[in-house]
Amino acid sequence: MLQFILKRLGLAILVALTVSFISFSLLFLAGDPAAALAGETASGEDIEAIRVLYGFDRPMLVQYGEWLWSAVRGNFGESYYFKLPVSSLIAERLSVTMMLGVCGITFALLMAVPLGVLAAMRPNSIIDRIALFLSVAGQALPSFWFGLILIVVFAIQLRWLPVSGAATWAHFVMPTIVLGYYAMPAIMRLTRAGMLEVLSSDYIRTARAKGASELRVMFRHALRNAIIPVVSLAAVQMGFMLGGSIVVESIFALHGAGYLAWESIARNDLPTVQALILIFSMFYIVFNFLADVLNAWLDPRMRSS
Amino acid sequence: MTKTALRSTIAGIALAASAGVALADKASDTLNMAFTKELENVDSYFNSSREGVVMQRAVWDGLIYRDPVTNEYVGNLATSWTWIDDTTLELKLREGVKFHNGEDFNADDVVFTVNFVAKEENGVKTQRNVNWMKSAEKVDDYTVRILLKEKFPAAIEFLSGPVSIYPNEYYAEAGPSGMGLKPVGTGPYKVTSVVPGQHFVLEKNENYFDGPKGQPSIGKIDIRTVPDVNTQIAELFSGTLDMIWQVPADQAEKLASMGDFTVANESTMRVGYLSMDAAGRSSMDPNPFKDVRVRQAVNYAIDRKAMVENLLKGKSVQVDTPCFPSQFGCATDAAVVYEYNPEKAKALLAEAGYPDGFTTEFYAYRDRDYAEAIASYLNAVGIKIDFKMLQYSALRELNMKGEVPLSFMTWGSYSINDASAMVSQFFKHGSLDDARDDQVKADLEVADSSTDPATRKEYYAKAIARITEEAYWAPMFSYNTNYVFKSDVEYTPTADEVLRFTTMKWK
Repeated sequence: MLQFILKRLGLAILVALTVSFISFSLLFLAGDPAAALAGETASGEDIEAIRVLYGFDRPMLVQYGEWLWSAVRGNFGESYYFKLPVSSLIAERLSVTMMLGVCGITFALLMAVPLGVLAAMRPNSIIDRIALFLSVAGQALPSFWFGLILIVVFAIQLRWLPVSGAATWAHFVMPTIVLGYYAMPAIMRLTRAGMLEVLSSDYIRTARAKGASELRVMFRHALRNAIIPVVSLAAVQMGFMLGGSIVVESIFALHGAGYLAWESIARNDLPTVQALILIFSMFYIVFNFLADVLNAWLDPRMRSS
Repeated sequence: MTKTALRSTIAGIALAASAGVALADKASDTLNMAFTKELENVDSYFNSSREGVVMQRAVWDGLIYRDPVTNEYVGNLATSWTWIDDTTLELKLREGVKFHNGEDFNADDVVFTVNFVAKEENGVKTQRNVNWMKSAEKVDDYTVRILLKEKFPAAIEFLSGPVSIYPNEYYAEAGPSGMGLKPVGTGPYKVTSVVPGQHFVLEKNENYFDGPKGQPSIGKIDIRTVPDVNTQIAELFSGTLDMIWQVPADQAEKLASMGDFTVANESTMRVGYLSMDAAGRSSMDPNPFKDVRVRQAVNYAIDRKAMVENLLKGKSVQVDTPCFPSQFGCATDAAVVYEYNPEKAKALLAEAGYPDGFTTEFYAYRDRDYAEAIASYLNAVGIKIDFKMLQYSALRELNMKGEVPLSFMTWGSYSINDASAMVSQFFKHGSLDDARDDQVKADLEVADSSTDPATRKEYYAKAIARITEEAYWAPMFSYNTNYVFKSDVEYTPTADEVLRFTTMKWK
């Protein structure tokens, strides 16, 4: 088991390094960092001065090596744009994103799993149809549009919720719904499919035959098996929410890590982008690892392998 | 295009939804407004954005002030100034002015600020704002001399614009990042809270001196960064914002029709233009843009009037010069005007040996809808377009390498009301000069360095005449911006796209 974990860990570090190297090279391809830094009003001389000042005139590999060497010692450098330490900048933004991500995935799971179970219990019933409709709609609604509709209804018409910002818990209600709703369809469909498959298996018939209550059959026997792929999916969705909630963060003016990453790319703010990419890839790796552990706990067969 | 349609839908729905009257913040004497962009640093020497200029004018003062309406220069932190010689400017300073932290303003602050920003290694972001100054010397407590590197007629304009005076003791200690987090100036507003990039709170400076900016009236200005314009409009409807700016024309029209808001439109100094590779720097072969007839054809091909009326709207105008018409030296009467004439464009192309037109790459970095309209006009006369939309930094890189045959560019002149801030930027054989015309360069050099206004005017006119005759550019139009505010706010925007909080009042 220890060997397995160490192997996974080594692999995870390799993945993180590869991701960070690729993103580093892509940023150089996307545009001259010196020109981006200098801004639109800069003259050619300004740009040259910045190129030398920041060392962009050196080979890319040297620059990457230098960044990596500082990063492994916990120094992510200073944001080119904000002139503030990247670590404090990200720490501040990450708290908003974490809050949003946790709320979002909780909302998605709370909505999607019961709906999926209900839909599987009565396939092709009206409940199943409603669940199907909700998931199709969730997949089809672009989140910026859904977000704006929520704003129009709940913030402008009913005045129940604030439009944007992150000052109170009320500010997180609409972003949570939009972000969670986007993750919901996949989780629900997977729960439903898993349940349908499990419910037709022999051991469920046995459980029913020995007189277990329907509730016990559903949640104790069926869901426990059907939920395994859902856990893996939710882990990926969570990683996505932490890194990719750019649209939601932008609409609701939540200054989170996703929006920071997006803006930093446009600003060629290399230290910030690099640190964020490393953190986002770590999220994926950690959540995937946690999902595996959770699955091993749910399914004893996985523990032995 | 779909984005615009969507925006209209949203505005339409919101319009129907918001029959109720929004709560005004007149009662709390706080004006809530939004920035679209995250401001990198409040320290004005270390940002290069419009938002930064707005903050700079509120928090700090310059030595001189240009009246935004009459364009006259009056004293601000300085009360008078005289040129001792071509490169020495002596200024008498205002007495009794205090910085927000209580520090007295005197010659030491000016000397420190100028010496700090003029030093290249201190890394002021927009070097050309400050690199014309060599140093400053104290004559006595309220007299200073600013020494220039060489003759620089636009010095007064720069001293009334981007050069603001910092408190020497505080800045020596705090530096740019400290100044960014806790800004201290002499200006009409002091900064009481900064969350970098996200939230700024300004409060009225009760002890502001009686200068040309006037006394501030509104007690508190609360600025939040709200990146999405739809969200800003929603905030306006729900009453949590009192003012937004840089609102797109289609949105502004709908907001104006509602009656709850005042929509004010004002032109900006930004000019859009097409730059053509007349010097043949790009790898395009054969390069049709080397032929003056092709460049003239491009000028004739585009209906700028229609673009202004239908796309830009507001106070935008057709521009015929390689500079903004209000700029000193921007001689509009010297320019050759190319009215929309697609037939003539086709004839010129045929004459140049392209009866069936040709295909060219066409680059742009902003305003995709304008660039697409331009592309379709060019297409109509036979110039087939391979359109490429790039990020600004990427296009700039290509441009500096001279690999761009045709591009739609814009230039805002950093709100400097002098032709040198635009035409001289592009036609003096710098890395962005697609024309490389020696005669133009020689004329501009005379115009840029002469201290005699008449000579400057004469030589800018010469350069402009030559540039437009040769059709190195196809100047397009000026930009405008829409300011939308609640009806209990009184404000008249100025043509330089700088929000002045001192001139805002509650009705």
